[in-house]
Amino acid sequence: MTESTWMRRVLIGIALAFLGLVLIVPLGTVFGGALEKGFANAFHEVQDPITGAAILLTLKMAAVVVPLNLIFGISAAWSIAKFDFFGKKILMTLIDLPFTVSPVVSGLIFVLLFGAQGLLGPWLAAHDIQVIFAIPGIIIATLFVTFPYVARELIPIMQAQGNDQEEAAVTMGANGWQTFYHVTLPNIRWGLIYGVILLNARAMGEFGAVSVVSGHVRGLTNTIPLHVEILYNEYNLVGAFCVASILAFLAIGTLIAKVLVKKQGEL
Amino acid sequence: MNPLKIRNILLLIGFSIALTSISPALAAEVKLLNVSYDPTRELYQDFNTAFAKYWQAKTGDTVTVQQSHGGSGKQARSVIDGLEADVVTLALAYDIDAMAEKAKLLPANWQSRLPNNSTPYTSTIVFLVRKGNPKGIKDWEDVVKPGVAVITPNPKTSGGARWNYLAAWAFALKKYGNEAKAREFVSTLYKNVPILDSGARGATITFVQRGIGDVLLAWENEAFLALNELGKDKFEIVTPSLSILAEPPVALVDKVVDKKKTRVVAQAYLDYLYSPEGQEIAAKHYYRPRLASQKYASRFPKINLVTINELFGGWAKAQKAHFDDGGIFDQIYAGAR
Amino acid sequence: MKDKSVIPGFGPTLGFTIFYLSILVVLPLSMLILKTTSLTWPAFWEAVASPRVLAAYRLSFGASLAAASINLVFGLLVAWVLVRYPFPGKGFIDMLIDLPFALPTAVAGIALTTAFSSGPIGRTLESMGINVAFTPLGIIVALTFIGLPFVVRTVQPVLKDLDRDVEEAAICLGANRWQTFINVILPVLLPAAFSGFAMAFARALGEYGSVVFIAGNLPMKTEITPLLIITKLEQYDYAGATAIATVMLFSSFAVLFLINRLSWWAHTQRSSKEAL
Repeated sequence: MTESTWMRRVLIGIALAFLGLVLIVPLGTVFGGALEKGFANAFHEVQDPITGAAILLTLKMAAVVVPLNLIFGISAAWSIAKFDFFGKKILMTLIDLPFTVSPVVSGLIFVLLFGAQGLLGPWLAAHDIQVIFAIPGIIIATLFVTFPYVARELIPIMQAQGNDQEEAAVTMGANGWQTFYHVTLPNIRWGLIYGVILLNARAMGEFGAVSVVSGHVRGLTNTIPLHVEILYNEYNLVGAFCVASILAFLAIGTLIAKVLVKKQGEL
Repeated sequence: MNPLKIRNILLLIGFSIALTSISPALAAEVKLLNVSYDPTRELYQDFNTAFAKYWQAKTGDTVTVQQSHGGSGKQARSVIDGLEADVVTLALAYDIDAMAEKAKLLPANWQSRLPNNSTPYTSTIVFLVRKGNPKGIKDWEDVVKPGVAVITPNPKTSGGARWNYLAAWAFALKKYGNEAKAREFVSTLYKNVPILDSGARGATITFVQRGIGDVLLAWENEAFLALNELGKDKFEIVTPSLSILAEPPVALVDKVVDKKKTRVVAQAYLDYLYSPEGQEIAAKHYYRPRLASQKYASRFPKINLVTINELFGGWAKAQKAHFDDGGIFDQIYAGAR
Repeated sequence: MKDKSVIPGFGPTLGFTIFYLSILVVLPLSMLILKTTSLTWPAFWEAVASPRVLAAYRLSFGASLAAASINLVFGLLVAWVLVRYPFPGKGFIDMLIDLPFALPTAVAGIALTTAFSSGPIGRTLESMGINVAFTPLGIIVALTFIGLPFVVRTVQPVLKDLDRDVEEAAICLGANRWQTFINVILPVLLPAAFSGFAMAFARALGEYGSVVFIAGNLPMKTEITPLLIITKLEQYDYAGATAIATVMLFSSFAVLFLINRLSWWAHTQRSSKEAL
C-alpha cells in the first residue's frame, strides 16, 4: 500500500539532510553562540530589563496584529474560495503583495505616509499624534508584513474542499454563521491554526520593516529582533544569540501548543 | 467552535486595543532623546549618567537621556521623518546639513553655534591588523599591495566608510600630487576589498570574528574598542603616516526642543560635552578630546591629520563628487568590470 | 461554473476584505507610485535601468528563482515525509520548519554567515573548492532558508486531508506507486505547492536582513536590489529609491499574478476531471 521500507528510508534521509543543512546548522549556531559562556551567563543576559521591555513590546504588538489579521484572513478566504466574481485573481494577487514587497520598502511606505515629510505628516503633527517612531507605527508595519498569512493558508484548503458541504448545510436551513462554525471551520481547522502560528511567528520576528519605523529608542520602541541587532552591534554576540534564542523558543512554544490543541481535539 | 471561544476572541481583541491605547504616560521628569550613530553607544552610556548627576546637583531636576543608535544616514533620515530627537550626535556634518536643508529642523548655520565646528571630540582613521602584523602593513601604500585583503564598509551606506575612503584619497593626493593618481590609488585599494559590509560594526565583526582580511580600516575609537573587547592578544593598531581628522558633530534640534520645551537642558547637555568632565569621558572612550587630557594623553599618537574642509572643500562637495550616484566611487566599480 | 451561489456572506466578507486591503496595502503602496511620479522620465530611467541596477535585478531574480525552486522540490519531499512516514524525532522536525519565520532575518544572516564562512561546514566546503559565504551561492542559501516553510506548510494540510481511497482505487486499478503519485496525488498538491513556491519566490525577492550579511555586497557582483534601495535612501534620494521599489513591485506583482493563474488553472483542471 505504500513505499518499500528502503524507499522510505532514502526519502526520509534526503529530507533530513536538506533540513539539517538549511535549518539545523543556523539554529545550532544560534544556540551554540548563546551558550558559549555557559547557562548561567545566558540566563543573566535575558534577564536584562531592556530585554524585558523588548519582549513586552513584542507581545503587545502580536496581541493586536494576530486577531486583526486573523479576522481579515478568514473573511478574505471565504469570499475568494466560496464565490466567483470578476477581479478575483487581481484581488488574490493584491493579498499576496506584502510578501513581495521588500521589508525595507514596507517600512518606507509608512514613512512616506505618516512621516513628518509625508502625506499625512503635517496633519498628524498638528493633532500631536505620533504614529511613526512609536508603537502604532510598529503595529501598522507588522500588520502590513504579516497581512497575507492566514488568507494564503486557507484559500487552497477551502478550494480543495469545494462548496458541496456548505451548500447542503444552507439548503437544510442553516444560516451563514452556523454554516461557517459547523461545516467550514472543522474542515479548515488545521490550516487555520497553521496560519495563525505562522502569522504570530512572523509578527514577532519581523525585522526589516519594523527597523525602519521604530526609531530604535532603547527600552521604548525596540522589539526583540531590533534588540538582537543592538546587542550584536555592541559586540555582545553571546547576548544577541541569547535573545535570538528567546524567539526560537517562542516559535517552538507555539508549535508545542499546536500539538497539544490537536491532541485535545482528537479526544 | 463553540460560542465561548468567540467571546474569548472578542475579548482578546478588545484587550489588545486597550493595550495599545495606553500610550506611555509622561512622567514628571525631564526626558531627552539623543539620536546618535553606531560607535558612540559606550560613550553616551557613560556620559548620560554623568550628565544626569551634574544636572541634578545643579538644578534638582532628574533628567533621563534616552538613546537611539544606528547608521548615521539612517538616523538622520529618521529625524527628518519625525523622530523627535532633542539632540543629534552623528558621524558627519553632511547628515545634519540634510536635516537643516530638507526639514528645516535647525538653522543652516548650526555648525557655528558651538565651539570647534560643533565637534566636541574628534577621531581619525587607523588600521587594525592581526597580531605580529604578518603582512607588514605600516602605511597606506602597503594597503594597496597585491594580495592584501582590506576590510572596509560600503561608503554608500556607512558614514565611517566615507571617512576611510577620504583618508586614503587624502594620502594619495598629498603623496602624488594630483587627482588622477589619487583616483588610481583608491581604485587599487577597493580591488583589494572582498566584502563591503553595510556598516562599520559589521565590517569590524567580519574582520575580527570571521577572521577575513589582513587589515581593517576603522575609526580610531572603534579600533581601540575592538582591541579591548575582543582580544588584545590577537590584533594590533597601526597608525598611518597621514590620516583625516574625522569630526563627528553634535547639534540641538531647534524645532523639537521648542515643541517639547527642553531647550535649556538640551543646550546644557551639549555644553557639558565641552566641559572638562565631558572631555574626560570622551577621552576615556578613545575619542580625541578638544581639551588636552592629562590622564589619557598617551593614548593618542600624533598623526599628521588633514581636514575635509582644506582638502575636499567641505562635506557637501565631497559627497557630491565621490559618493553620490554616478560619483567617483561608482565609477571605480563600473570601471572594474 | 456555479452561477448563483446559495452560500451567504459574500457581500460582507468581500466588502471587509476590500476595505482592509485598501487601507493597509493599496493606500500605502500607492505612496510609492506617487513619490516616483515626482521624477522626470529620463531621471526615472536613469534610476531604474543603469547597468548596476540591471545587474542587481539579475542577481535578485536569479537567486530568488533558484532558491524557490530548491524549496519547491525539497518542500514537497519534506511535506511528504512528514505526513506519510513515521520516524523518530518527527514531531521535533515538524516544529522546526517554522523557524525561518521566527528567527529575525538579521540573526539568520549572522548565523548562516558564521556557519558557512568560519564554521566547520564552511571550512569543509572550502576545502572542496566551494565558497558559499560572500558569493551568489551564499545568497541562494540565505534565500532558501527564508523561503523554506512556505511550500512545506502549504502542501502539508492538503496532503493530510487527501483521501486515501483514491490512491487505493488507483492501485486496485493496476497503477504502480509512481503512477499513482504523478497522476493522482501530484495534481491535488500542485495548487498548494505552486502558491508556496510563489510565496517563497516573492519573499526572497525583497529579502534584505539576512542577505546583506552573507552577500559581500560588491557592486555588479553580489549586490542585491533591496540594498540599492537602501543605498539611495542613504543619499536622501527618496524618489530614486521608490522608483526601484516600484519596478520591483510591478515585476513581482506580474510574477505572482501569473503563478496565481497557473495554480487556478491546475485547480479547475482537476475539478473538471473530477466532474467527469
